[in-house]
Amino acid sequence: MSAFPHRHLLGIEPLEPADIQVVLDTADGLKEVLDRPIKKVPVLRGKTVVNLFYEASTRTRSSFEIAEKVLSADSLSISTATSSVQKGETLLDTAKNLEAMNPDMIVIRHASSGAPHFLARHCRSAIVNAGDGAHEHPTQALLDALTLRQRKGRLKGLRVAIVGDLLHSRVARSNLWLLSKMGASVVLCAPPTLVPPGIERLAPVTWRIEEAVEGADAIMVLRIQRERMTGGYLPSPREFFNRFGLTEERVRRAKKDVLILHPGPMNRGVEIASEVADGPYSVILDQVTNGVAVRMAVLYLLLGGGAGAAS
Amino acid sequence: MAGPSPQIEKAVLMDAGRVARTLARMAHEILERHPDMRGVVLVGVRSRGVPLARRLAGLLREASGVEPAVGALDISLYRDDFTMIASQPITKGTEIPFSIDGRTVIVVDDVLFTGRTVRAALDQLIDFGRPDRIELAVLVDRGHRELPIRADYAGRSLATARQEIVQVLLREEDGRDGVLLLERRARRAQRGGARRGRARGRRGK
Repeated sequence: MSAFPHRHLLGIEPLEPADIQVVLDTADGLKEVLDRPIKKVPVLRGKTVVNLFYEASTRTRSSFEIAEKVLSADSLSISTATSSVQKGETLLDTAKNLEAMNPDMIVIRHASSGAPHFLARHCRSAIVNAGDGAHEHPTQALLDALTLRQRKGRLKGLRVAIVGDLLHSRVARSNLWLLSKMGASVVLCAPPTLVPPGIERLAPVTWRIEEAVEGADAIMVLRIQRERMTGGYLPSPREFFNRFGLTEERVRRAKKDVLILHPGPMNRGVEIASEVADGPYSVILDQVTNGVAVRMAVLYLLLGGGAGAAS
Repeated sequence: MAGPSPQIEKAVLMDAGRVARTLARMAHEILERHPDMRGVVLVGVRSRGVPLARRLAGLLREASGVEPAVGALDISLYRDDFTMIASQPITKGTEIPFSIDGRTVIVVDDVLFTGRTVRAALDQLIDFGRPDRIELAVLVDRGHRELPIRADYAGRSLATARQEIVQVLLREEDGRDGVLLLERRARRAQRGGARRGRARGRRGK
């Protein structure tokens, strides 16, 4: 049995449903380590992981760092704000220099779509995509799926509404792939200016949030990036909230046991009302905990034997 | 990709009745050493150690009136051969919902072989607390130790050849009870034969 026959985790799109199942099952098994008095197991002792973050990140980066520490890997986090990138070094040169230090894995976040794939072609290390441009954020989709599966007991047959900035969201793409592969039905909702062309081929799109959340088992709210509000995409945050914000009233249209997810950081009063973010249906903090478990699973599967280590 | 090596059944070492009698005897051996069961807990090594620990706990309750708590250890995160194995085990999680501090912990597993699983279990237990004492109970001790580890309670000790496999079947996991002796057919020999055949073919050209 080869549990996870991949050398890298570059996105959800190339994964089979069985691969996703393995990651989720492994994360479920590993989550218990986080509740132990000593939150450390020796499984990745002697492995080195470089976290290479070309974009600001609090949640994802600290989640990877905790996962690496819990599994006893040695880790090094590089923020480009304080690295040679500021002196004009290219991604390839940075990667080649890091590679010369022989890390076992590079976790990369980059503003350009395809940057992790580029590294995977040029480096021997296992590469994990921690978010590339508006393309994919596979570990976020996996942790969302883990949260849904834990609460609902399944993914197949769930109706999930993804609401917010679809155009710039890598989270939306990864979730759309994952949920579709696992048999959930997805409905997308965004203002016309924030709907990427062609996405309607993958899932139905509506401009009315009331329609999207009707009968939903889960609502995934995407972050509206305030800096992009000035780019002509939206008239104002207030208007967005009035038309697309997830309010208590709108949540009542969903199923009684609906789950509210948000990848963070949240803009309260823009894409989500505070009462909803802190309300009884919110699993936003469960997502954060599950994020560590999923990243532990990815490290474990890519670095511990299997296809990745063998090749 | 090469699948698991083919195995052939050589002998039935224990049938269901023998498994039941052996566990009953082991429970009495535990009671002889620990007349007061209140300080004793059982921790089964996943996967077959867990149902064995539960059965022992039931037998101990019948015999002493005190049922020891049962936990489950998944040792896959503590294996020292992790990076050498061909595929990752799926971790199923460790569950020890009680304190082991100051207790006697009896680690239960189905087969004692090289001792590496038990070493991993000991490492993991130490991360959970400081027991007064750790003991080991196994249904079958088949020898071939690579570490200085011995069982305190062994249901049956067997002299086996290295290439043989002792397979414990339990109704909770496998639908029936029993212990089988299997032999792995060496794939290397088959491949060696094929290589020799190809070499002969090349020499013949």
